[in-house]
Amino acid sequence: MQLNLPRSFHLGRTLDAFLPLFAVLLALFIGGFMILLMDANPLDAYRALWEGAFGTKNAVADTLVKATPLLLVGIGICISFRGGVVNIGGEGQMIAGGLAAVAIGLQYKESDPTTVIIACLVGSFVAGALWGGIAGVLKAYFNVNEILSTIMLNQIATFGMMYLVRSEFIDPRQKNAAAPIPETERLPRSLDLPRIGGTLDDLYDFLGLSAADANQWATTLLHNGIVIAFVLAIVVYVLLWRTTVGYRIRAVGKNPRASRYAGIKVEQYTVLSLMLSGGFAGLAGGIQLLGVRHRMNAEGGAIAFTGNAGFNGIVAALFGGLHPLGTIPASILFGALLVGGNKLQRSVQVPSALITALIGLVIVFVVASDIFVRHRSRRRVAVAVSEASAEAAEVRASP
Amino acid sequence: MAMSTADHKLLPTGHERIDHMEMRGIVKRFPGVLAVDHVDFDVRAGEVHALLGENGAGKSTLMKILYGLYHPNEGEIFLDGERVTIKSPSDAIAWGIGMIHQHFMLVPSLTVAENVALGLKSTRAPLLDLDVVSARIKELAKTYGLQVDPAMPVWQLAVGERQRVEILKALYRGAALLILDEPTAVLTPQEVDDLFVTLRQMVSDGHALIFISHKLHEVLAISQRVTVLRDGHFVGTVPTAEATKASLARMMVGREVLLTYEVRAQQAGEPRLRVEGVRAASDRGTEALRGINLEVRAGEILGLAGVSGNGQRELAEVIFGLRPATTGQVVLDGQEVTGKSPCDLNKLGMSYIPEERMTDGVIRDFTVAENLMLQEHGLRPYSYSIFMNPRAITRRCAELIRSFNIRTPTQETPIKSLSGGNIQKLVLARELAREPAVLIAAQPTRGVDIGATEYIHQRLLDQRAKGTATLLISEDLDEILALADRIAVIYEGEIVGVVDRAEAQVEALGLMMAGVHREAVAG
Repeated sequence: MQLNLPRSFHLGRTLDAFLPLFAVLLALFIGGFMILLMDANPLDAYRALWEGAFGTKNAVADTLVKATPLLLVGIGICISFRGGVVNIGGEGQMIAGGLAAVAIGLQYKESDPTTVIIACLVGSFVAGALWGGIAGVLKAYFNVNEILSTIMLNQIATFGMMYLVRSEFIDPRQKNAAAPIPETERLPRSLDLPRIGGTLDDLYDFLGLSAADANQWATTLLHNGIVIAFVLAIVVYVLLWRTTVGYRIRAVGKNPRASRYAGIKVEQYTVLSLMLSGGFAGLAGGIQLLGVRHRMNAEGGAIAFTGNAGFNGIVAALFGGLHPLGTIPASILFGALLVGGNKLQRSVQVPSALITALIGLVIVFVVASDIFVRHRSRRRVAVAVSEASAEAAEVRASP
Repeated sequence: MAMSTADHKLLPTGHERIDHMEMRGIVKRFPGVLAVDHVDFDVRAGEVHALLGENGAGKSTLMKILYGLYHPNEGEIFLDGERVTIKSPSDAIAWGIGMIHQHFMLVPSLTVAENVALGLKSTRAPLLDLDVVSARIKELAKTYGLQVDPAMPVWQLAVGERQRVEILKALYRGAALLILDEPTAVLTPQEVDDLFVTLRQMVSDGHALIFISHKLHEVLAISQRVTVLRDGHFVGTVPTAEATKASLARMMVGREVLLTYEVRAQQAGEPRLRVEGVRAASDRGTEALRGINLEVRAGEILGLAGVSGNGQRELAEVIFGLRPATTGQVVLDGQEVTGKSPCDLNKLGMSYIPEERMTDGVIRDFTVAENLMLQEHGLRPYSYSIFMNPRAITRRCAELIRSFNIRTPTQETPIKSLSGGNIQKLVLARELAREPAVLIAAQPTRGVDIGATEYIHQRLLDQRAKGTATLLISEDLDEILALADRIAVIYEGEIVGVVDRAEAQVEALGLMMAGVHREAVAG
């Protein structure tokens, strides 16, 4: 039989949803004291941060460009964490994806650009999935801890990339130079991921509208990767909560024993969740390559290519409650903090390490608020259930 | 202690008696739950006062308050008329109150004497005084008929012996009032008899005993008074002499309860499940099953009795494809299925109600609906290709919730907020909804309240009438005697005998559970 829950039950839930926002504001408030300690004016600093992240069209574009790989890695992390595996291998998987994209792009320079771009993106997803799948197979069938294996696979990918870019993949023009720069050839411009500006123009044309004054984004560097990432976030949401595959991934993640007892093939779904997670990180690498960097470069190691998105994506996903749709605002927030941090450093003269500290504060406060929400909701469920069942008992008792 | 020190009040242990312990108006609230609501309870020296109630009725909470593990929100505790505050278990021990927990608090690698001495001040500190402790243990053991060797490591002791160590531990610390929390749950019938001898001895020596149980016949056998709690409320205290099983059950549940079931005689059909010469290893690599042969026929419930840890779990896991058999085979409806995966066995019509329902039966963080669909979600109409069909699922879950009487606020409620009985009904709903050919039910009513137990038993009997072959694995002999057509007894990985219910006798079954073969019992 079903019991009726009081309305306050639902109201409380709505209030809880806003709590992370208060947590962010509180973190920034505390951060203000840190800025004061550095003899700067917190209000000026935050204004600079805001301007840097959202103040101009280009700032917004920059923020979204930075958020794209965070979001793609983040939705993959949602899958793996929900599946009970901790994928710390986003960096390596991004590199695998980037290498696949550059290899495919250089191989088919002469073919139809649209087809090649799609092939590059699919290839980068597959490469990331295979790289993640290695850790998945090791975990499922040989009981190797995936945290260790994915971290080690990061190193292997980084050094593998450095080796390839210095040997097989090196730009032929650099090969014979006296001091060769270890980088691949730049992909032809036809293979650049189309900018949003151009796409919007096409869209307006298609709809028969005049584009010139309506299109605000024509001059920015914002590429279509963010659109792909938004769409895929929705796809991952549907996958996790509306399909049998996602249901099984979540079941295995929450309780592998009960899942096995219920007839779910636990090993297969462990491998699958790491492959999907790796695939999205690989795609982040592919999009980063086609949209921003256009070539692989061995100097500066992994971080020069990934911008640490393989790790920051994990933070964004956790911040987004391991929910693909929650990861969208979370990755934009972190993108904004990264972009705005540069401006902050330039205009207010505080070290950019402060941004790292601010991000840390935000994480601590949001995690704390999350624990608080969970505690409250448990209590609320307990109260509601006991009240509702007492009510039901009375209803039954009266004839 | 501030109590009287008159000589006549000393116990044989040399400690002072507690003539009268009284709890008045005890209230304990947990977030959102009133666990104990103005309950009065008292116990006198020289009596066993049984505390009876379903799971969640508040018995354990009340006793944990007495033992200082919880602090009451309201109410007072009096020892011999003097008001006391018990802040911690060490306070309780100092006042002469001891508690034997359901799960023993012993260190397996230490000896009996070391376990007893643990946490006490040595008389020769900083050196150990284990010889003194051992001598004292022997003395106490003799007084109370609690035979144990103080030099034995605890891991070598049987469950009944470990319980004796727990009792000795409490007596050694001067317990005049002893709380026994479901002490018989893990014992064979013979061990229960031994325990009762000890308890009667203690009572006649002037101890006060509180006996927590939900087994009515034990309460009737050992206690002088019974107090019944229901949903945290005090229902009543009655002298045992005036109580019957039926009257106590009515007090516990608040309505009439069927204590025996009308099991319609029916001819068992073809064998649906056969287990032939199965051997298997335990988790630790020792041999857990040593050649098991069993046959369960259509429309039959075969009860598998035995003390826990004699291979029941391993047998269920081998049958359900969760543990490899080293030799032997499992045959389902004439088809060999040894080593097939749970997934395949599900499809072939086998259902399994696992012993550990919270870890193996359900996913704690999933909702009621998600847990109900754990097996069927991949079938039409609940999903088409990979896409789930929420409407069909909602309809199906509503139907299961209704027909299995699962009490839940909504389908989206996380299952961990339901009671044990409701969770078990959910597992039952999921496993029986597919009309299985063979059902393995491991401890289907352990930790479940009487009302839900009655319901679950009825469903198992209904399934029997529909022709399902049921293997009922239970440590509760009463449950097996009430339901099973035939009873097999397992001991150390072997079936020591199979008897028809009509000729089954509790004493004989008890001996078999202790490892005596059927022929020897009969002879």
